Amino acid sequence: MKLNELTAHEIRELIRKGEVSSEEVTKSVFERIEKVEKKINSFVTLTKEEALREARSVDEKIRKKKKISPLAGVPIAIKDNMCIDGVLTTCSSKILENFRSPYDATVIKRLKANDLVFIGKTNMDEFAMGSSTENSAFEITHNPWDLEAIPGGSSGGSAATIASDEAILALGSDTGGSIRQPASLCGVVGLKPTYGRVSRYGLIAFASSLDQIGPITKDVRDSALLMNVISGYDERDSTSCNYPVPDYTESLISDVKGVKIGVPKEYFVKGMDEEVEKSVKDAIGLLEKLGAKVEEVFLPHTEYALATYCLIVSTEASTDLAYYDGVGYGYRAQSRNLDEMYQNTREKGFGDEVKRRIMLGTYVFSHYDYYLKAQKVRTLVKEDFDKVFEKCDCLITPTSPTPAFKIGEKMDDPLRMYFPDIFTVPANLAGIPGISIPCGFTKKGLPVGLQILAKPFAEETILRVAYSYEQNTGWHRRRPAICDSQ
Amino acid sequence: MKISKKDVEYVAKLAKLKLSEKEKEKFTKQLDQILKYVDKLNELDTEKVKPTSHVLPLKNVFREDKVGKSLEVEKVLENAPEKARGFFKVPKIID
Repeated sequence: MKLNELTAHEIRELIRKGEVSSEEVTKSVFERIEKVEKKINSFVTLTKEEALREARSVDEKIRKKKKISPLAGVPIAIKDNMCIDGVLTTCSSKILENFRSPYDATVIKRLKANDLVFIGKTNMDEFAMGSSTENSAFEITHNPWDLEAIPGGSSGGSAATIASDEAILALGSDTGGSIRQPASLCGVVGLKPTYGRVSRYGLIAFASSLDQIGPITKDVRDSALLMNVISGYDERDSTSCNYPVPDYTESLISDVKGVKIGVPKEYFVKGMDEEVEKSVKDAIGLLEKLGAKVEEVFLPHTEYALATYCLIVSTEASTDLAYYDGVGYGYRAQSRNLDEMYQNTREKGFGDEVKRRIMLGTYVFSHYDYYLKAQKVRTLVKEDFDKVFEKCDCLITPTSPTPAFKIGEKMDDPLRMYFPDIFTVPANLAGIPGISIPCGFTKKGLPVGLQILAKPFAEETILRVAYSYEQNTGWHRRRPAICDSQ
Repeated sequence: MKISKKDVEYVAKLAKLKLSEKEKEKFTKQLDQILKYVDKLNELDTEKVKPTSHVLPLKNVFREDKVGKSLEVEKVLENAPEKARGFFKVPKIID
């Protein structure tokens, strides 16, 4: 097995025992990138020289027997909406094409303090708006399992880079499913933490009351290890929670005896793929066999979640994107006066989906009844979850109603583009944590993902159930046969 | 129709977005579609429901009012499309 194919915890062991160096691991990752990146397009920026320099400095620390953190020397890819000092941070948008961040996001600071090695920035839907990564202003990312299919989105680059072994770890962000849905479609593990668990300082905002950063990894243990590094209070993010951070690896217990699992009836809908439904139901059956108590539950407002999300996300986006005016940074269109400069800059700098959401959001803001109604229904969606979590430890659902669709298939229909998010947006509205883990493959060989949801700050329950399932199946060990054959 | 081309022009002005004629027509149609879809929410009686603007029970966060470290002006201006004497430079404001 090549080094780039290993998980972070496997690499950690090898580095700790002195059997491999961080430089060797980093080199193997870049060799893989050179070989397959042309077919996948996971990255918008690569930082090879900086990465190798950083890797050598970690190796130096190890030689000098300095104390190192558990993930020291492990290569990581970062979604291009998180700021790294001195590195391009584009949000896959023309308006930020040349923006080099003058500071580090808090998650980046934490990763640096733990000596992780940054290998590059990953492609995404422009400003994270989309579910297929087709809205990137720069390139189309391909699903490693089928190069003609989308990788999901908006963290499509981060999910694809993990699935194709171009990186060991990755970070994504999730506003309505943007970590979980691409993880599901690429057959990897994606965790959206509780809102407030991870600092958003330095994450370029899309919809501030919904956005959350989280890990995209090859297995559940790596997810727990990365959560240990990125979680915690940050005085620079007024919505981050001052709530103790456990050692998440302690929840990696392969035992679900007595765990109460709810299966929401509303998450098995008409129009969903039969193979997806079967894989998820088989997974629930397995967990029951392993000793979990399974019960059908009801989340009656689920069918209203998507419309609620659609209004709230657009309204917040229209304010969060008011920053981009061509004054202090980013693209500026030449104009005769200031007002024309704003308008021309935003016309030329933003893509179609971004404009559509700004337009919808601005309209909704000027018709306040819409917004108020959405906020009220948000309460109802949240109360549905509060009620079921009184009797269940977690919920299990499909992550996405279908496997990956073909590139270009849904681009022209704005409402249909939201459909892949129907099972993921409720968690963002309610602020609860959720994970997607691989639970099977379709006959055509596309991955299927299983979503586990729990109450706020119950990431430990999620990790325990996810780990138990993973240890008893092994779907996560499958890798696409890209590239050598295609 | 829930929305007209005139509404779209007004909203574009508020959002400081210049739109082509083609975009105006497209957005009129698409926003109309979306607004018809979200009308679904009116099936629910929410008169007694409190709105949620935020999921966490957070209150205003205060900190001591002391001078901290800011980003360096030079470094920030490196990203500026145009600059002059330590400031951002923009086209004239009044014609």
